[in-house]
Amino acid sequence: MHQRIDIYPTHHHGDFLLRSGRPYPFGASFVPGGVNFAIFSRHATACTLVLYRSGEPDLLAEIPFPTEFRIGNVFAMVVFGLDYENVEYGYRLEGPFRPHAGHHFDPDRIVVDPYARALSGGDSWAQRTYPDSINPHRGRLVYDDFDWLADRPLEHSIEDLVIYEMHVRGFTRHASSGVRFPGTYAGIREKIPYLKELGINAVELMPVMEFDELDNTRVNPLSGDRLYDYWGYNPIAFFAPKAGYAATGHLGMQADELKALVKDLHRHGIEVLLDVVFNHTGEGNEEGRTISFRGIDNKTYYMLKPDGGYYNFSGCGNTLNCNNPVVRNMVLDCLRYWVAEFHIDGFRFDLASIMGRDSRGQPLINPPLLEALAHDPVLGRTKLIAEAWDAGGLYQVGSFPSYGRWAEWNGQYRDTLRRWLKGDMGQVQAMALRIMGSPDLYPERGPAASINFITCHDGFTLTDLFSYNEKHNEANGEGNRDGHDANFSWNCGWEGETASASILALRRRMMKNAILILMVSQGVPLISMGDELAHTAGGNNNTYCHDNELNWLDWSRRESQAEIFRFFRLAIARRGTHAMLRQRHHLRQREFVDGGYPDISWHGVQAWQPDWSHHARTLAFMLAGQNGGESRQANTFIYVAMNMHWDPHRFELPRLPARQHWHLVADTHLDSPEDIHEPGEEPLLRHQKQFQVGPRSVIMLIGR
Amino acid sequence: MNVSTEERDGILIAHIRGDVDSRTSSALREQLMPLVRPDARIVLDMSEVTFLSSAGLRTLLLLYRQITQTHGQVVLAGLSPVIRDTMAVTGFLDFFADYPVLEEGLEALRR
Repeated sequence: MHQRIDIYPTHHHGDFLLRSGRPYPFGASFVPGGVNFAIFSRHATACTLVLYRSGEPDLLAEIPFPTEFRIGNVFAMVVFGLDYENVEYGYRLEGPFRPHAGHHFDPDRIVVDPYARALSGGDSWAQRTYPDSINPHRGRLVYDDFDWLADRPLEHSIEDLVIYEMHVRGFTRHASSGVRFPGTYAGIREKIPYLKELGINAVELMPVMEFDELDNTRVNPLSGDRLYDYWGYNPIAFFAPKAGYAATGHLGMQADELKALVKDLHRHGIEVLLDVVFNHTGEGNEEGRTISFRGIDNKTYYMLKPDGGYYNFSGCGNTLNCNNPVVRNMVLDCLRYWVAEFHIDGFRFDLASIMGRDSRGQPLINPPLLEALAHDPVLGRTKLIAEAWDAGGLYQVGSFPSYGRWAEWNGQYRDTLRRWLKGDMGQVQAMALRIMGSPDLYPERGPAASINFITCHDGFTLTDLFSYNEKHNEANGEGNRDGHDANFSWNCGWEGETASASILALRRRMMKNAILILMVSQGVPLISMGDELAHTAGGNNNTYCHDNELNWLDWSRRESQAEIFRFFRLAIARRGTHAMLRQRHHLRQREFVDGGYPDISWHGVQAWQPDWSHHARTLAFMLAGQNGGESRQANTFIYVAMNMHWDPHRFELPRLPARQHWHLVADTHLDSPEDIHEPGEEPLLRHQKQFQVGPRSVIMLIGR
Repeated sequence: MNVSTEERDGILIAHIRGDVDSRTSSALREQLMPLVRPDARIVLDMSEVTFLSSAGLRTLLLLYRQITQTHGQVVLAGLSPVIRDTMAVTGFLDFFADYPVLEEGLEALRR
């Protein structure tokens, strides 16, 4: 083969041999004989590449980009002969410091490459590798040659997913996890059998892009312990998996470790979704630290007010300027990278409505970023899930610009379910819509656009939802002012911990009601890590800052909460057993094959006569399996009756075709193990015509 | 890092000593690859490897790919617990059979 000419240097700086680089791709990439460094800045007047030797506090070299190495607004340079494993890098940019004009250049700062594929500086959780530096984060060079063999994203149909939202560290950090490397990607890998047993088929990892957990100066006023940015919703490098989550972060192998986890999860049929934060960065507002974007091109990366201040649609101090074409390309490059390089199956976009705002913060009719994501070739089969609101008042549940691709976290599902479960009046009509996959919100997109959830990281855990009327966030150091107030929770008669057997039994039953209704609702269920073990955060509904038992999964509860775990497991299994619970298209509430039953029919204490009144606290529905295309299950009927009233009610059961009988799947009023049965082991009901549903209880029957 | 090789019963043994990282891994490859013949059976004796970096792991996988391409076999012997952990959590160990001691590696290749 013809030898390339560009392996020969043309310039030098001290001992470093250089050549004009390629402006694309941005970031640091390997080229024959060297590394190509390319960085964009529209307003910088000069740029210097800063090199370090790994582990050493002092600089190795500063190499200014020669003028002729800038093409357009991209500084690009090849440095030859670098010991790529032991070199770290950053940039110094010169330019105006005029905050009122939007410029924050500061050549005293060494800033992180927005395209850095790995960072050093936080190689282990809550440890600074370079504690004395004002520039604690450095870029690292990463080889993207992982051997995936036959793996690729799984492409499960979205309506078939049961999503488990989890925190990488919290999952195995507790001593009871017993894993070799607690709190890491490797720890999750060791616990894959647990996830399989639970029966979920997708994990949604709370942010794994580099963030700085030490960027929280608050102290827990109750204990005096320091607080952290534990959840990680303040990204500082979008392309870099968090080193502090890796057992091998000290070797710079976090990317390999995360890839090994993804590959192994895929081997077990579990998809990997990432919770991504493209609405703001960890640089905060005018008072915040300059880490990367602010010092590279503030005016491009952030939405700025006319006076140069930061718009704050995120509630976190700044707002990423998502629909600026350069920033939009960065987001696209980044997501493509995660899909192509890490085989990620989908993304949940935090405060996604911000991605539909223009540079001045106005909502766009046809947001270029959202459209580009929906039509991107590499992301063509990637799940795109929006948290369809932001902290600037834009609320788009049901109206998020979807281009036929986007699903949404259905906040209305959460709120309706909570209110219904606790017995609020005026919920019955909304409940029917939520159970059908919210056809009112997603008439065109179908039920699979609705990510149904009752709890998530934000807000009470499921146990706490039924143990507290009020949030108890004093430990967060903000005088209990942080966190949501509209929780629609109910403490079942006593605020918080209690020894009362009857209250504890009621709470368990409420949890079972919740998971059972979630699993029989059309749409895509999402459960929150720990709810399957009745995890409590002591009534704190905003635990973003706690690196302790409030957030760590206590694995000893696998035994002490075996009853709840079993109920979760079997409720999830039930969803897998019956395709009619996983419709791709909306139910029509009418019969359309010659079976005599509508696809879904509504009932009350009298069959075929639901109570739609404001006072109703009872509702039942029946799914008839002979309807429906792909989800057709001839001769199978599912009947679910919900009694959210404090008295028992006798429900008349709809009559089945000749020679078919009702069998009991679940009755949350019964003690374990009679509360739910394994698929195929449902006992025949003695009384086929009616069923006494206990107070605040849900039953599920199968007719066959 | 240094490498010495010997042959027993038609099996090539490479004793690797010291740190295998970006500075030494190309030397490892250059010394080993000329010895790899089609259908070769090779044990990499790792018992005296003191450090194996990302580049070192990539070199091992490269050797694996080159050896298996010519229908050879390669196994690892004597990995230290720390190195074995690193290989396990980063997925590299999935490609290799590994044995606690050299004798067992040899035995495996004799079968």
